[in-house]
Amino acid sequence: MSDWSKKYEMVVGLEVHVQLKTRSKAFCSCSADFGAPPNVNTCPVCLGLPGALPVLNAEAVRLAVRAAIALGFTVNPKSVFARKNYFYPDLPKGYQISQYDQPLAVNGTLHARIPGDADTHPIAITRLHMEEDAGKSVHDRYPHMTAIDLNRAGVPLIEIVSEPDMRSAAEAGAYLRTLKQILEYADVSDVSMEEGSLRVDANVSARLHGEPKLGTKTEVKNVNSFSAVERSLQSEFDRQCEMLERGQHILQQTMIWDASKGTVRPARSKEESHDYRYFPEPDLPPLLLATEFVKKIESTLPELPQKMRERFSSEFGITDAELDAVTADPRIATYFEGVARAHGDGAHAAKWVMGEVAAALNESATKIQDFPIRSTQLAELLDMIRDGKLSHTAAKTVFGTMRTTGKTAPVVAAELSVTQVGDDSQLEQWIEEVFAELPEESGRFRAGEKKLTGVLVGAVMKKSKGRADPKKVNALLGKYSS
Amino acid sequence: MPVSGKDVRKIADLARLSLADTDLPAITEQMNSILAHMDVLTRVDTTSVGATDNVPGKGMTLRDDRVAPIPMNTTAPLLAPDSRDGFILVPRLATHEDA
Amino acid sequence: MRNIIDVTNESIGRATDLRYGPDGLNIIVATNRRSSIAAAEDVAAAYGSGTAMPLAGVPIAVKDNIATLDMPTTCASRVLAGYTSPYEATAITRLRSSGAVIVAKTNMDEFAMGSSTESSAYGPTRNPIDPERAPGGSSGGSAAAVAAGIVNIALGSETGGSVRQPAAFCGVVGVKPTYGRVSRFGLVAFGSSLDQIGVCARSVREAELATYVMSGLDPLDATSADVTVPPLPDMTGSARPESLKGLTVGIPTEYFPDSLEPDVRAKCDSAIDKMRELGASIVNVSLPHTALAIPVYYIIAPAEASSNLARFDGVRFGPRAASAADLRTMYDATRSKGFGAEVQRRILIGTYVLSHGYYDAYYRKAQAVRELISRDFTNVFGSGVDILFTPTTPTPAFKLGAVTDPYEMYMSDIFTVTANLAGIPAISLPIGRVRGLPVGGQLLAKHFDEPRMFRAAEALEAALGEGAHQ
Repeated sequence: MSDWSKKYEMVVGLEVHVQLKTRSKAFCSCSADFGAPPNVNTCPVCLGLPGALPVLNAEAVRLAVRAAIALGFTVNPKSVFARKNYFYPDLPKGYQISQYDQPLAVNGTLHARIPGDADTHPIAITRLHMEEDAGKSVHDRYPHMTAIDLNRAGVPLIEIVSEPDMRSAAEAGAYLRTLKQILEYADVSDVSMEEGSLRVDANVSARLHGEPKLGTKTEVKNVNSFSAVERSLQSEFDRQCEMLERGQHILQQTMIWDASKGTVRPARSKEESHDYRYFPEPDLPPLLLATEFVKKIESTLPELPQKMRERFSSEFGITDAELDAVTADPRIATYFEGVARAHGDGAHAAKWVMGEVAAALNESATKIQDFPIRSTQLAELLDMIRDGKLSHTAAKTVFGTMRTTGKTAPVVAAELSVTQVGDDSQLEQWIEEVFAELPEESGRFRAGEKKLTGVLVGAVMKKSKGRADPKKVNALLGKYSS
Repeated sequence: MPVSGKDVRKIADLARLSLADTDLPAITEQMNSILAHMDVLTRVDTTSVGATDNVPGKGMTLRDDRVAPIPMNTTAPLLAPDSRDGFILVPRLATHEDA
Repeated sequence: MRNIIDVTNESIGRATDLRYGPDGLNIIVATNRRSSIAAAEDVAAAYGSGTAMPLAGVPIAVKDNIATLDMPTTCASRVLAGYTSPYEATAITRLRSSGAVIVAKTNMDEFAMGSSTESSAYGPTRNPIDPERAPGGSSGGSAAAVAAGIVNIALGSETGGSVRQPAAFCGVVGVKPTYGRVSRFGLVAFGSSLDQIGVCARSVREAELATYVMSGLDPLDATSADVTVPPLPDMTGSARPESLKGLTVGIPTEYFPDSLEPDVRAKCDSAIDKMRELGASIVNVSLPHTALAIPVYYIIAPAEASSNLARFDGVRFGPRAASAADLRTMYDATRSKGFGAEVQRRILIGTYVLSHGYYDAYYRKAQAVRELISRDFTNVFGSGVDILFTPTTPTPAFKLGAVTDPYEMYMSDIFTVTANLAGIPAISLPIGRVRGLPVGGQLLAKHFDEPRMFRAAEALEAALGEGAHQ
């Protein structure tokens, strides 16, 4: 496959659906939880029974506004719900309640960060609107029949629509990762692509470099990870370029990503032409949001990743790679900050959070909020290392015991008798004993054979059962050498 | 703006109604006769009306995020014409027929 | 007070009388003797233990498009054949808790789309005053149930006059409350921005009582209004021709066109005279956009209906067309067989006016003109007019089968649709008869001014006395 990017430019716009973290559905009081047996979380409203009416969930509005503010949108003081009409068996009413020409929020910007790239890429986000989810259709469970589960029908979503501002698969990936990170910080959604609480539809087209007009776009669906988005975009871009190269026209169509083959294929043709016949939802008056309401939500919004990054950078002086790692997840960031604050050395804290802590979380599949070693306790451990009370090796052992027992670092170190000895008189006593036990080597060392330092330090360490501070032993030995 | 038989077919298609070929001319004529009465509206000056004047000034009231479903005296699968294992069953889309 | 169980039994007896069934006037489409009697027993017990119940033991018939648990709710459509709602409408819940006993479901135009009750899947209802004539519609069964004496109160629903027009044709009182006054939860939607549950009753006071019992904010209907419910009327003693001194009644010239039947005009004139005699000052007013109401209505209502009726797809409830090989065939067959001709016609019109390229010309334009119609009312009520008086319909009841052109049928709503488009309350009451057929007079008030509307209507009703039915 040739590299088309020299000749053609990729143009990508993304539509992202995000499920809001509410207890109940968007327009009825059914549970929004996953995992119930089919059709258990349903009521007259989300089943679309004759005579049932929607009533909007206040928490869904609060979370949508939170997301909008976090993404730099202007929240409209008045937004209007609209009906999107189409027939599908998992769409109970024959229409989806969405927003159309008066969405919740408009004109956002996202500063996408590509790891290792110093600058962020500003990407315009056209709109953010609220809507309800459809149910689930299972086509392969029974012969000739489709099985419908409406537990998900009516669950609140926000749809975030970007401008076609992205020019590479990597940039699209960066947009998505940054978006996910911001929504995680804003705490509005579980944002898990694997669990379907974040879904991506990508519009992609190709054009010659320098060409001002956009090419015909296709929509890529069925991608369930960020890396799959990147791979599917590249695959679809290559396909389009090959067609353009042969002088063929691109058909505006939906492409399905086949993860197992690593290729896209056209969706089986839809039976009908789409005409959604949007019109204002007569069952719902307009949503009016007072300025004070929006301001209040803004004031409760936590620090967002970009701000936090800048602050950590100036406060703790850690590297870009360290910043990427410790700010990736808001709870990790909070933990890191706790450690760094209490301990004082940001780089040291970052090293431990990215190293031992991350490994421990990974190994035990725990979340940081459930991690038994609190940030101040880890800081205490790091203090002991800095103060020479624990060797690095001993610290790892202590860390392991802290995890299982919940005890503090000084307690564990004392119990395990691994506290490092830095007391000069004790160290000198061990040195004297070693000299006595190794007269041959000590004689040569005293005569100036410096390369024996290592042997002697090792002997002292052994004698001390690993507790002697090797740096100090080293320094003290210097006094005996002529 | 008169509609043609082809337009009516397309509309019926969107509305999931099947029209017999024999009925199409009569329905088209009826629709045109009704729509002709609507044309009077095109001559009305509505420049004084704002885009959203029709919606009442008071916004909508919201409900609390509580799980308290409206009770039903049956369940979704029992209400449906066809169901199995809790799922509602429908004939499959023609494009989804067994591969 | 008479025994509640006896009253219920007698009412069910009338509701199940063959004269009112399919081989008779075809007024009643469902009853459930056992559950009605059980409900009556519960009411009797609660009433006996001192629970205040303004409608204790009052039998009520309900239009077939309002959800009830113990009788089917089919909207007189094959698409809902055999369907019983698994939940109940808020209006029904409120009536039940104030002691009412639901005794029957009444016939109607299919999905409330019609003005004659001829589009019912159960066949037409006949007018009890003259069985050769239509009872009006779409709440023809409810108006006829009151006119035939089966019940004193029956629920109907309004989208463009569907309570007032049949009330006028059958010689009973018909009320459409302010949009938002009564919860729509459980009323099967036709035109959601226009729909409102209404009441057919033998007297203004009974209509007022039932209306208020159902009124008030409902957390299950986002369009229901948070407006205080007026005090219930005093039901003791007979109606009195209260003075209307201080009340300004506007007579809109557009509702009295030259083409209005002279006999209908004459009955209206006598009613206006009565109000003048009661002390009201009568002024001529103009609602200049009235003529546009029918075109506006027949764009907006079908548009909303085309969307509201999408849920009748054979997937989750109701009958499904048998042996369809694939989904598309199932949809088309279920809907084409399930919906009657008028409903399909309106779905087609509604789909068309919302479709790509036509939305602005039809739907958006109609909404703008709707606003002009609303402003007509705002202007008149803002100029010191308290109440408007008009004929309810241009003619008395027409013969069954007489109106075959759809648009001609639509025109029988010409004086009633404006109240739905503007969302204001309106009442029709009998003001006399022409060739033996009832004529209805209509009073319109501003939003949530039902108390004044009912006061004027009751005074007029009392002043007309027996003349209302002569």
